[in-house]
Amino acid sequence: MKKMLLSLTAILPMLILSGCNMVVFEPQGPVARSITELINWSLIWMLLVVVVVFGLFGYIVWKYREKPENKDYEPPEEHGSTLLEIIWTGIPILIVIALTIPTVKTLYALEEAPKGYEEKEPITIHVTSADWKWIFSYPEEGIETVNYVNIPEDRPVLFKMTSASTMQSFWVPALGGQKYTMPKMETELYLVADNPGSYEGQNTNFNGRGYADMKFEVLAQTQEDFDQWVEDVKDTAPKLTEKEYVGLLKPTHLGRLTYSNTHLEWVNHADPDSKAYTNPELYRGHGYQGKTFEEDDNYKNEKPNVIEGHGEDKGHDDSEENHGGDHHGH
Amino acid sequence: MGIKWDEFFITGDPLILGSQIAILLTMIGAVAGITYLKKWKYLWTEWLTTVDHKKIGIMYIISAVLMFFRGGMDGLLMKAQTSRPEMEFLNSQHYNEIFTTHGVIMILFMAMPFLIGLMNVVIPLQIGARDVAFPQLNALSFWLFFSGAMLFNISFVIGGSPDAGWTSYFPLAGKEFSPGIGNNYYAVALQIAGIGTLMTGINFIVTILKMRTKGMTLMKMPMFTWTTFVTSILIVAAFPIFTVALALMTFDRLYGTHFFTVSGGGMDMLWANLFWLWGHPEVYIVALPAFGIFSEVIATFSRKSLFGYKSMVFSILGIALLSMVVWVHHFYTMGSGPAVNSFFSITTMAIAIPTGVKMFNWLFTMRKGRIKITSAMLWALAFVPCFVIGGVTGVMLAMGAADYQYHNTLFLVAHFHYVLIPGVVFAVFAGLYYWWPKMFGFMLNEKLGKWHFWLFVIGFNVTFMPMFFLGLNGAVRRAYTYSAESGFAPLFMLSAIGSIVLAAGFAVFCYNIYWSIRYADRNISSDPWDARTLEWSTASPVQFYNFAKLPEVKSLDPFWHMKKKNEGLTLHDSEIEEIHMPSNSWLPIYMGVIFGIAGFLLVFEWHIAAAVAGIGIFAGLIIRSFDYNEGFHVSKEEIHRIENAWRKTEGEVHDHVS
Repeated sequence: MKKMLLSLTAILPMLILSGCNMVVFEPQGPVARSITELINWSLIWMLLVVVVVFGLFGYIVWKYREKPENKDYEPPEEHGSTLLEIIWTGIPILIVIALTIPTVKTLYALEEAPKGYEEKEPITIHVTSADWKWIFSYPEEGIETVNYVNIPEDRPVLFKMTSASTMQSFWVPALGGQKYTMPKMETELYLVADNPGSYEGQNTNFNGRGYADMKFEVLAQTQEDFDQWVEDVKDTAPKLTEKEYVGLLKPTHLGRLTYSNTHLEWVNHADPDSKAYTNPELYRGHGYQGKTFEEDDNYKNEKPNVIEGHGEDKGHDDSEENHGGDHHGH
Repeated sequence: MGIKWDEFFITGDPLILGSQIAILLTMIGAVAGITYLKKWKYLWTEWLTTVDHKKIGIMYIISAVLMFFRGGMDGLLMKAQTSRPEMEFLNSQHYNEIFTTHGVIMILFMAMPFLIGLMNVVIPLQIGARDVAFPQLNALSFWLFFSGAMLFNISFVIGGSPDAGWTSYFPLAGKEFSPGIGNNYYAVALQIAGIGTLMTGINFIVTILKMRTKGMTLMKMPMFTWTTFVTSILIVAAFPIFTVALALMTFDRLYGTHFFTVSGGGMDMLWANLFWLWGHPEVYIVALPAFGIFSEVIATFSRKSLFGYKSMVFSILGIALLSMVVWVHHFYTMGSGPAVNSFFSITTMAIAIPTGVKMFNWLFTMRKGRIKITSAMLWALAFVPCFVIGGVTGVMLAMGAADYQYHNTLFLVAHFHYVLIPGVVFAVFAGLYYWWPKMFGFMLNEKLGKWHFWLFVIGFNVTFMPMFFLGLNGAVRRAYTYSAESGFAPLFMLSAIGSIVLAAGFAVFCYNIYWSIRYADRNISSDPWDARTLEWSTASPVQFYNFAKLPEVKSLDPFWHMKKKNEGLTLHDSEIEEIHMPSNSWLPIYMGVIFGIAGFLLVFEWHIAAAVAGIGIFAGLIIRSFDYNEGFHVSKEEIHRIENAWRKTEGEVHDHVS
């Protein structure tokens, strides 16, 4: 028992110290910061609970353990104590109240643009998740990207999210919490980045074989850089056709892609009556691995400023992609 | 029927091929061994057709230990795969199948049967009854569970395992995105096992309400009986939801309906709601009996009655009630709005209140006691700090807004392992060490028990503690690999090392069972722990009729007070009367087999064959309704002979072994 207590007390400071380099504790924007503050508040209370219970536990077990000297000691008949029981019912109630109030406040706050950013006009980006890629449409700018999203810093970004296939979850831990993307439904999430920088985003809701690699980059830029980027894309990126888009939705991994129009022109998957573009035959069978898993170009966090373009990009050869791998049972 | 043999037997994976060969050899070995030892008749009459609650309990426990092994192997494979970045030990598909079966097996085919096994052995004894209310139904429950478990287990060698996670969220789990038959196994096998569990719930409610011995009022019931009672109510409340959800899933997958698939106008979140409307109470269905076991063990080894019995009872009822209104906390992130999330944050956090009450009551049960640190007590002690960590992280997860950062990460995975392993696994180990002499008449080895304990507990902490930090650093659950740049590697490696220590603990446990069966001292008292409840007032192992004379209860901890006052311990010849007992029956095992066959055919969507097998199920029901066997009577002479074998000449209970 003592050994375990010792090892636990050794772990606790490690716990606090190592908190310093975890993404959840290094918020890069006001949304993530408000959640981190809530987490820190809860940590204080929970640490208090842990310290009290561990202390009491250690003390009681040590003091009242059976020893050769107390073999004859016969413990008293004891059935309880109303006062003590009221105390340890009351204190948890108070702690729960202390946690509830900021939780509810934060829950409501997260639904809107964060405080201090209300007057800045938000930019709307549509997020469409598919197996196993992220498609970002900028309806105002008229551009679309795959597997990366550039946003201006210090400006609220309203993500309108849906899914073209399974249920997925959109998460950029450095900037804020996550929300599900579901087919024929729309969820909304506000994020703000304080500073320019590159942040990792990913799907957290399991959706089949390609799930582990379903990541994207969020690149926060200054407003000027962002505007410049939009201009560049409009000038240089190809147009997306519906046929090409249907190819994109197949269960594959893609590298980064950029287009000078958006798929919202012909389909918004959030619409309950939208057409489904799923490809069941590509999910079939055991042992189907798909060559896209070997592709090395699907995620590049290290070179944030490189905008890769266009149709001839690696990993965008549909005919090869979709027949990759060996379909058992056909 | 167009069988595609290459789909039927999974081929091409050396791990699975090895398992197939191992399964085949084990089966041949078992059949040959039983034949060689001429044990078929014994096996059939004493075990396979038994309706005795103690034997059924033991069969549950054996199955649970086997399933623990299977689920544990899955866990080790997962840990091996994630031990290093970009590891190529398992591919994505294989990993997905393994974490799916790990979850299902550990919850439904390990934790539940282990606890139901202990309930079966102990509850009728604790309430002074001769059996459960419906003994044959009880056997049927077991065989349906066993049938479901076996059906689920063969999936990995025949046809392919389910791979959509133990929660099987739609639309992923639907035919469109999981076209193989793996998820048919999920739908059908869980349905069969679930029916068995539902019947267990009904059986124990009736048993506890109607079959308590004279004087045992509700507020004099031992805590394990109370928790079993409330758990049974939860089973009856929650399992029908699962039954319906699985039935709808089966329709979606087998007959092309669209209850859960958006493409045909269904709702994928409907599955999530139904699943967790069952799934969250399920967490307490496995946790509450465990709390009962800890209450018994802590009271016994502190030589004190349970502190705050009444508040313990009310806290169980409170937890049970709250457990039905918290399910949305599993998907705060579905965008249901701040009002809904606030409501479920509050109800979820509220569960911490009764749980905290229980914690302090356990601590104060030990205060002023004389704490004897046996293997069983060690598990109960380790439960306290480990479960507190699970509990406080649970409160953190309960806070809806904060959960946006924890959801679906390894933080969550670490949390629920910190709740379920101390809260259930530690409990079943405590219960097993504690009640083992009652079941078999000898003890498990204490020294090996302590090795088992330390390896397991240290291994558990080393395995799951790092996962909290991995989760906070952005590592998501169910990902089969991660990049070297992520920086996750050292903690994943630590976690993998922990899992090996954990597994070593389990291995010592298995060895302990083997060692104790062979070498343990058989000459022990019927009450080796100086315990407090009625099960210890009868022989070890318990005679098939449990009590020659049903005990009378005047207080809590009745056996303790009987021993203190030295009354009610003696059996006089004049008090012996004939006892009526139920007869064995082949019907439960028949039903188990026929359900298994029908289920298997349904999994492969061979509908006509399945329908034919289904006739066998109805045949069984009809045969049962014409079954007029009223059981048999045990003669006075036989009772006299059996009781004399373990009591003193004056008819008193042995208190010490000479």
